[in-house]
Amino acid sequence: MFYQESGQFSTRYRQDGRALRLWQQRAALWALLLLAFGLLPFIGNDYWFSAILIPFLVLSLAGLGLNLLTGYAGQLSLGSAAFMAVGAFASYKLQFLLPGLPLLLSFVAGGVVAAAVGVVFGLPSLRIKGFYLLVSTLAAQFFVEWLLTKFAWFSNGNESGVITAPPLLVAGHDFGSPAGRYLLTLSVVLPLFVLAANLVRSSLGRNWMAVRDMDTAAAVIGIPILRTKLLAFAISSFILGVAGSLWAFTYLGTVEPHGFDLSRSFQVLFIIILGGMGSILGNFLGAAFIVLLPIVLSILSGTLLSGVLPAGQLENLQKIIFGVLIILFLIKEPDGLARLWQGWRARARLWPLRF
Amino acid sequence: MKNHLHTLKGAVVLALGLAAASATAQAGGEQYFPLQSYRVGPYAAGGTGFFGGFIDYLQYVNLKEGGVNGVKLTWSECETEYVVEKGVECYERLKKGLNGAPAAATNPLSVGIAYATLERSTADKLPLITINHGRTDSTDGSVFPYVFPLQLNPYSEVSAIINYIGQKSGGLAKLKGKKIAVLYHGSPYGKETNPILELLSKKYGFQLVSLEVPHPGNEQQSQWLTIRQQKPDWVILRGWGVMNPVALKTAQKTGYPADHIIGNIWSNSEEDAAPAGAAAKGFISITTHPSGTQFPVLQGIKKTVLDAGKGNLADAKRFGTVYYNLGVVNGILNVEAVRLAQAKFGKKPLTGEQVRWGFEHLHFDDKRLKEVGALGLLQPLQLSCADHEGGGAVRFQQWDGQQWKVISPWVQADRKLLRPIIEDSSHKYAKEKGITPRDCSKES
Amino acid sequence: MSFFMEVLLGGLLAGVMYSLVAIGFVLIYKASGVFNFAQGSMVLFAALTFVSLLERGLPFWLSFVISLLSMLLLALLLERLVLRHLVNRPPITLFMATLGLSYVVEGVAQALWGAQVHGLDLGIEDTPLELGGLMLSRFDLFAAGSAGLLVLLLSLLFNKTRIGLSLRAVADDQLAALAVGIRLQRMWVLVWAVAGLVGLVAGLLWGARLGVQFSLSLIVLKALPVLIIGGFTSIGGAIVGGLIVGASEKLAEVYLGPLLSGGIENWFPYVLALLFLLLRPAGLFGERAIERV
Repeated sequence: MFYQESGQFSTRYRQDGRALRLWQQRAALWALLLLAFGLLPFIGNDYWFSAILIPFLVLSLAGLGLNLLTGYAGQLSLGSAAFMAVGAFASYKLQFLLPGLPLLLSFVAGGVVAAAVGVVFGLPSLRIKGFYLLVSTLAAQFFVEWLLTKFAWFSNGNESGVITAPPLLVAGHDFGSPAGRYLLTLSVVLPLFVLAANLVRSSLGRNWMAVRDMDTAAAVIGIPILRTKLLAFAISSFILGVAGSLWAFTYLGTVEPHGFDLSRSFQVLFIIILGGMGSILGNFLGAAFIVLLPIVLSILSGTLLSGVLPAGQLENLQKIIFGVLIILFLIKEPDGLARLWQGWRARARLWPLRF
Repeated sequence: MKNHLHTLKGAVVLALGLAAASATAQAGGEQYFPLQSYRVGPYAAGGTGFFGGFIDYLQYVNLKEGGVNGVKLTWSECETEYVVEKGVECYERLKKGLNGAPAAATNPLSVGIAYATLERSTADKLPLITINHGRTDSTDGSVFPYVFPLQLNPYSEVSAIINYIGQKSGGLAKLKGKKIAVLYHGSPYGKETNPILELLSKKYGFQLVSLEVPHPGNEQQSQWLTIRQQKPDWVILRGWGVMNPVALKTAQKTGYPADHIIGNIWSNSEEDAAPAGAAAKGFISITTHPSGTQFPVLQGIKKTVLDAGKGNLADAKRFGTVYYNLGVVNGILNVEAVRLAQAKFGKKPLTGEQVRWGFEHLHFDDKRLKEVGALGLLQPLQLSCADHEGGGAVRFQQWDGQQWKVISPWVQADRKLLRPIIEDSSHKYAKEKGITPRDCSKES
Repeated sequence: MSFFMEVLLGGLLAGVMYSLVAIGFVLIYKASGVFNFAQGSMVLFAALTFVSLLERGLPFWLSFVISLLSMLLLALLLERLVLRHLVNRPPITLFMATLGLSYVVEGVAQALWGAQVHGLDLGIEDTPLELGGLMLSRFDLFAAGSAGLLVLLLSLLFNKTRIGLSLRAVADDQLAALAVGIRLQRMWVLVWAVAGLVGLVAGLLWGARLGVQFSLSLIVLKALPVLIIGGFTSIGGAIVGGLIVGASEKLAEVYLGPLLSGGIENWFPYVLALLFLLLRPAGLFGERAIERV
């Protein structure tokens, strides 16, 4: 009743091309932005910033990166963490190679380096398809991890390969406090999401989906396969690279190559499976889920179940729950949480009436 | 419907009761230990042993003495699975204390988590204890006031091993011309000591062969074939987890004698040797805390905690093993720090900043060790503002196929040689981060 | 020269161990088109069950039978609860379901049997064997023998029995197999159970080498390049692939490693597999896909 489209007409092409066509959606977005920028920085505490909001934002971004590649362009990848690592280490190293490089630019530069690496490992995708492509991305995963651990040059001569974040200064302002790190992360993540949301509606996005659905057919109708696939790898890796830099700089403040191992790649993959492949909103939902579930379970066990379950069993249980949820989602709702969200939205149109 | 109401009422009463119970518990004043433990995942064996021993010791102090000077010790666990970001989440969740009981110190037992919470700990004024591991240059307490690599840092570890090899060869001078191979885990932890080994090899004139084993280390044939070809006099094993038993098995397969392999501080537990079966017999490793149950403090724990059914270990057989005893040692050090700090700041729950003072003034001589029932379990130790390590000595033990047997007295690392390297590194860190080191001559 | 031979032989024998895991993959992929990432967790589960039973004092054969039955049970549950509901889904979905499955199996295994490390002694003394100046591992020879025996049994099963005939029919064309009255679901249970058997054997051999513990499930990562080189659908390919990967990675580590400062074993097989793929996109023995619009 309150959430309805009737009466909202597009009278210009510009209006028709908007990402959010209903005023209710736009109002909700503005409200959310106000909450995220205006309210949360003042009411949140250290724990919320450092343990929930920042990882949630960074993982959403990582999910977005992989989603463009896997959900939209249909190229399965198990090497997301490698591209995150490239981004993180490149941002770090560039700070030393180009002293005085502004922090935000170093994020971008890290992303660009990650994009270049992504293209290299994406090259085989022209000839290799499906599961076989896993090999290329896994090769990236193991090779990058090895390279960064092996050569101290990447960690600026630190023999143990651990990098620590530089002071988080943007235009002379220090974003080192938890609330500051949250704001910085938010301001990097949101524009990239806006960019991606528009990208997938552009002709490139449509080409990606054509390649995903059937690349032979896409080639027949004249879509340049090589360019489309490589652009998917490049843009996906760029976003993953920025996510990696944020992970190292604003979230943990320190990272070793092993922090971007295969299990991180799986984590990102699970975000998009649970959140929804081929959905922009799904990345947020999936990331929220994957950040919150372990915390909720662990807090529950600390309060409700303490003494009932032996220590440690809970984590096994958590692992089982995760696995079961993934299978369940794949069976019942292959399009993930985003799809459930759509269902609710459809119902919201009528609420509180029934028909 | 009526039944439903009853259950609901019951739940409310129960909840109120619980709240009341926790309120009375905090009335006496408690000191809280946030435990970032790990009991599942690839390194669960280490975590269950260590945190089992740690918790049992805290429990022992509570049951036997009613806490430290009447201040009860309390703790809660948060599972990290040895994963860095989970450790950070746990840190943030637990650092505020529990029901008003302030946190004393964090003990993550993980290099990665220690690195990630190092700056946070300093900002939050909460001591970060990295017993036997961690960032070597944090030994320099003037730059790292809140970080304590107690007993043994990685540099001291290799230095002590080389000193031991020297003793075995009949003096350090005899090391000249010897060949020593180091087999290390392909991670920051594994690589950390390579520069020191190179330095020592130049100093004493032995030839060094460095071989990396990629993580997780379940395939080492090529490394051991290289060892077989190079025929080193000794092999130093810097392993972790599955890498250790596999190294021993592969050594046997390629015919290298186990009694010339020296394991480091994370290759020295029952879990490292036992899975290799017969191949482990004769394997030597260092330890800062011999296994065994003969020490009075362990007997005390057995009597007061385990026999009363309050032990933390799921598998009682692990009582007195290497990881368990490390947990006990860690408990002794933490509790002693609280005790010392109480002597200065008063017999009440203390803040992390106050407990830090206690850590910095830890002093264990033979007399004090006897009093806590840990003579021989713990090395004589004295910390100061500049020295957050304190000990730097290890004993050597040998696996007889069933258990570890201590085969040497305390062997000291060459700490004079290492100190300038540590200071170089800590000063570089201070410069990068804009930290002004404390003037230790002015600290009390 | 003899050093080179030792490395080569050692690598080939290690390769046999990789093949063992890869064969489990191939069986399942052939019969149900599932790229089973959970094979590694199945190896862990089987070995952990076996060694835990053994430690509780059960005789060797009984533990083996019970472990095998538990794998059969796993296969049954899997077919009922997962595979049946995912018929006709894209292969990528099935693959991701097995990722979820691997979490479940690992969680259950550790919840049941705990996370500590178990030693497993199969009673083979692993002292080096000198043969004409070459050093060989007794245990690896035994492992290779067991693998050979297993492959022999499997090929008998596939080529000489009715069940094998049905299995081959299913692998060839599922719809046609259904049409002639083969019960697809029963075949799936069967093939997953056989893969469980292969996993058990692999788990025992690997467990005896590494100790039975969590990282057993990581050997799946060693098996992937083997599959790629050998192709997903050929048991012979899995064996040849295993030998190639085993030998080449050991030689690379020993001879190429020092140039790159070592530790290259983790990624070398993948790069090798990638090179193979660029030459032959469906692996050495894989079936060539024909593309139609």
